[in-house]
Amino acid sequence: MSSNPRVRALIAALLALALVFGVTACGDDDDDDGDGGNGGAQVIESNPDNGDIAITVGSKNFTEQFILGEIYAQALDAAGYRVEKDLNLGSEQIALESLRNGEIDAYPEYTSTALTSFFEAAPEDVPADGQQAFEESEDDFAQLDLTAFPPTEFSSANAVGMLRSQAEQQGVETISDLEGEAQNLTLFGSPECRQRIDCLLGLQQNYGLQFDKFTPVDIGLRYEVLDNGQADLSIVFTTDAQLATSDKYVILEDDQQVLPAGNVLFVARQQTVDEAGPDFGDTVELVQEGLTLPVMQELNARVDIDKETPERVASDYLQEAGYVE
Amino acid sequence: MIAPAKPPLALLGQFGDAFDFIFNEQIGRFSGGEPVGGPEQVLDLAATQLELTGLAMALALAVALPIGLWLGHRGKGELLAVAIGNSGRALPELAIIAFMAAAIGVGLLNLTIALAILAVPPILTNTYVAVRQVDRGAVEAAQGMGMSAVGVIGRVELPLAVPTIMSGVRTSTTNVVATATIAPLAGVLTLGDFIINRNVYGDDGVLAGAICVAILALALELLLSVVQHLLTPRGLRAVAAEAA
Repeated sequence: MSSNPRVRALIAALLALALVFGVTACGDDDDDDGDGGNGGAQVIESNPDNGDIAITVGSKNFTEQFILGEIYAQALDAAGYRVEKDLNLGSEQIALESLRNGEIDAYPEYTSTALTSFFEAAPEDVPADGQQAFEESEDDFAQLDLTAFPPTEFSSANAVGMLRSQAEQQGVETISDLEGEAQNLTLFGSPECRQRIDCLLGLQQNYGLQFDKFTPVDIGLRYEVLDNGQADLSIVFTTDAQLATSDKYVILEDDQQVLPAGNVLFVARQQTVDEAGPDFGDTVELVQEGLTLPVMQELNARVDIDKETPERVASDYLQEAGYVE
Repeated sequence: MIAPAKPPLALLGQFGDAFDFIFNEQIGRFSGGEPVGGPEQVLDLAATQLELTGLAMALALAVALPIGLWLGHRGKGELLAVAIGNSGRALPELAIIAFMAAAIGVGLLNLTIALAILAVPPILTNTYVAVRQVDRGAVEAAQGMGMSAVGVIGRVELPLAVPTIMSGVRTSTTNVVATATIAPLAGVLTLGDFIINRNVYGDDGVLAGAICVAILALALELLLSVVQHLLTPRGLRAVAAEAA
């Protein structure tokens, strides 16, 4: 190494520059196979009147929720509102409480979760039709001074996942097929699954299944535990990327309809909706038009498998669908 | 932040609810009729948390103590010991757990290793520094008497280094018992279940969980300070008492 201080400084500066370029090059994922831009999509226009209105968008604590929260937040931002994000709040009771006490102004919720967890409906009473479920929840939300917007096209549900090889070996296709086998099988799910009626509790009470063991794990590890052989069964989501991109996993059919599917409703404080004006609802309903099941699975895949950030994935979605320039 | 301002007594009310959760079983609002809370569940979860802490600390001591003693005795590797001490604490636990999940699965082994990794840095650094700071005169006298390296370490350096080493052990233990709270995310049910699972246990449960972890940490701290006193050589105890 040269002992001339100027030469050393120059080398150090060049190395630093190279490092900066290297890092930004690594950060850029350029293989966007676009989703087929929606030719007729409307671009969100920024309305300067909205600039006085501050909106905090929240979300629950898993990938799909992060993506949805980002989509709505970025869309409202494009419409001219002053948007702040408070994602990853926790599960639905925490999100609801944050919404009611004003910590957040809105967040995306599922019809099934709202009806069973907030409004004490039985899982089998949750309508399969998203529009119907939405209408059933409207009055209940209104009583809490909240407004729900019309549902997305896609719906998501908890599901019992298994390795395809193991399912074929044991000849199980539906959850009811587990009867008689369950006491030899281990089930993995989120810590709260133990006491949820749309999770373990429902499987125990409505299907009458007694598993050998239930082990709590972080939601993010739900496929990991199937892969490494620890879990015979794992609670997954029907919109998971891993189900769409690989043949390795299979979900058991919920033949007794204990695990209801829910479309997404953007739920907001009535006060916020009143203050924010018509652009709020228009923007929300516009950006969720593109959220079909394949699209949602693709977005989930980009985060969970390609390891992109939810923020980036949401922004790509808005651009590819033509809502944002 | 959570609710509009309440009079001071109501704050006590929140703690009162938390203590009620600890001592009385109750039907949680969203637990599907299953009882939650109560001393049996609390003690069960606390016992698991202690078990996990004990295992992790044992592993950490088995690894860090010999290395720290040897490096300190030789006077080498100061950069290594201090660097590990400073940066080791920055490692994110959940990432370590997820990283190991692919290879060894989730559960007790995974968590023991992850928590031991968290525990090693303070023990290693403190052991190294403690041995370096032992009175050179005592070491030289021992070497002059013909003691082997192992003898010097075991009979001179280690006993004199006990106070500082124990300080590192106590820091580590507090870190570990506090972090063991996240264990339910990796398959081992500890008091963290009350905190993570707010959906089911409610605010009372969250506060109760936090109170219990704090009590556990304080109890361990007290226990270890007694252990430290017992392990400190009598001669040093007088010095320590004088200094106090």
